Amino acid sequence: MKISAVPVEQMNYEQAFSELENIVEALEASQTSLEEAIALYERGQALANRCAELLEKAELRIRNLDENEENPLLARDS
Amino acid sequence: MDQLSLLGPFSLTVTELTHYLRQLFESDDVLQDVWVYGEISNLTRHTSGHIYFTIKDSGAALKCVIWKSLATRIRLPIQNGMAIEARGAIGIYEPRGEYQLYVSAVRSAGEGQLYQQFLKLKAHLEAEGYFDAAHKREIPPHPKKIGVVTSTSGAALQDILNTLRKRYRLAEIVLAPTAVQGFEAPSEIAGAIQRLNEREQPDVILLARGGGSLEDLWAFNDERVVKAVYNSAAPVITGVGHETDFTLADFASDLRAPTPTAAAVMATPDSSDLSASLNVLQTRLQNQVENICALKRERLALLSRRLRQNSPLWQVQSNRQRLDELAARCSRSLNNSLKLRRAGFEGTTQRLWTLNPFATLQRGYAIVTDEKGKVISSSHQVAVEDKIKVRVSDGSFGAKVTSRNEPSQEEAHRK
Repeated sequence: MKISAVPVEQMNYEQAFSELENIVEALEASQTSLEEAIALYERGQALANRCAELLEKAELRIRNLDENEENPLLARDS
Repeated sequence: MDQLSLLGPFSLTVTELTHYLRQLFESDDVLQDVWVYGEISNLTRHTSGHIYFTIKDSGAALKCVIWKSLATRIRLPIQNGMAIEARGAIGIYEPRGEYQLYVSAVRSAGEGQLYQQFLKLKAHLEAEGYFDAAHKREIPPHPKKIGVVTSTSGAALQDILNTLRKRYRLAEIVLAPTAVQGFEAPSEIAGAIQRLNEREQPDVILLARGGGSLEDLWAFNDERVVKAVYNSAAPVITGVGHETDFTLADFASDLRAPTPTAAAVMATPDSSDLSASLNVLQTRLQNQVENICALKRERLALLSRRLRQNSPLWQVQSNRQRLDELAARCSRSLNNSLKLRRAGFEGTTQRLWTLNPFATLQRGYAIVTDEKGKVISSSHQVAVEDKIKVRVSDGSFGAKVTSRNEPSQEEAHRK
């Protein structure tokens, strides 16, 4: 399996989770070289950490349809 | 007018008559379940919790009772002067001889008419396929962008945002503020849904409003709203009013939530569930890598054992052992062959030795020669006084013949 070159910090939850799923399935399904397995493992851990970080630290982003900037009224409430 | 006979069959007591009337009322289907329209007056809330009032129109009045059990449940804030429709059974309050309506439900006047409209429009839209189950879309499990169509002033919006903050903060919320009641509401709501789809392509749209009367929720029964919900590119979750309120928008939506809060719940996964499945995946990752390492280690051990068996050192050791073995065999066979040869040589020497004439001397024989060295083997070769030479095993000496004998009879015979 080819490891994506996208840095995990740039990934959203969906992307990171989906790649993590693929990595685990690849590790479980096929014969991988040790080098490859370790590379996949490291990538997988980074992705898992990214997901956990996103879940814990994300702030709800709210904006109005007809304005591009965040709604100050709503931001104050949050 | 005829005089009433004083000698009639017999008189009823008031109680008997009233009781008779009560039975008459109670056996009448119309009187037992009827809607009556009128304006409230003489409203009294008794300390017992029951409500007493009269509804009237220009021509008549009807006493009404709402028992406490119902009084605590009705949402309509009834008051004097209000036009209502009341449903109930007509009965008689015997102590006063008054008939009255025992109320089982009330609605504000006009709701009945609205409800008829509602049913008519519902049948119409249903026939046109706006409520078809086949048209309903799946709600995406992890929305990235959620459109929210509601009023910024209502509690519904705060309920939704609070719920989303608790459950799932990964989504971006695009708010489309609209009126949710009044004349402008239907077109604003329909427009907001359309603009959200055109400009933002959200993964899901929440259409919400807090609880209210049937009139308050009426915008959500508008044909324009129903069609906008039906035509929305993004799936729509409706959360309008309370559990018991059903609007036409609810029928047209992809998912109907009983409240705005429930709509937010249905639109999003719970972060704690996501954490759990993330943990599962992480454990699988860890286990799998450990498995792979263990497998590799095992194969490595096997290979290195095989390698050792084939290493030059092993060969050398093995060869050395073989060499030792060969050397031992070699020296053994050399010894053997030497022994054999020695034995052969000794045998031959022995045989040679036995043939050596001098060997005979050792056994005590002697060789006798004359002075010239000629071997004397017969007595005739010597005469008395001849000098002879006697050779024995370790040397020789000279001797003189002192006598000579003729061969004996015995010896002659043997010859």
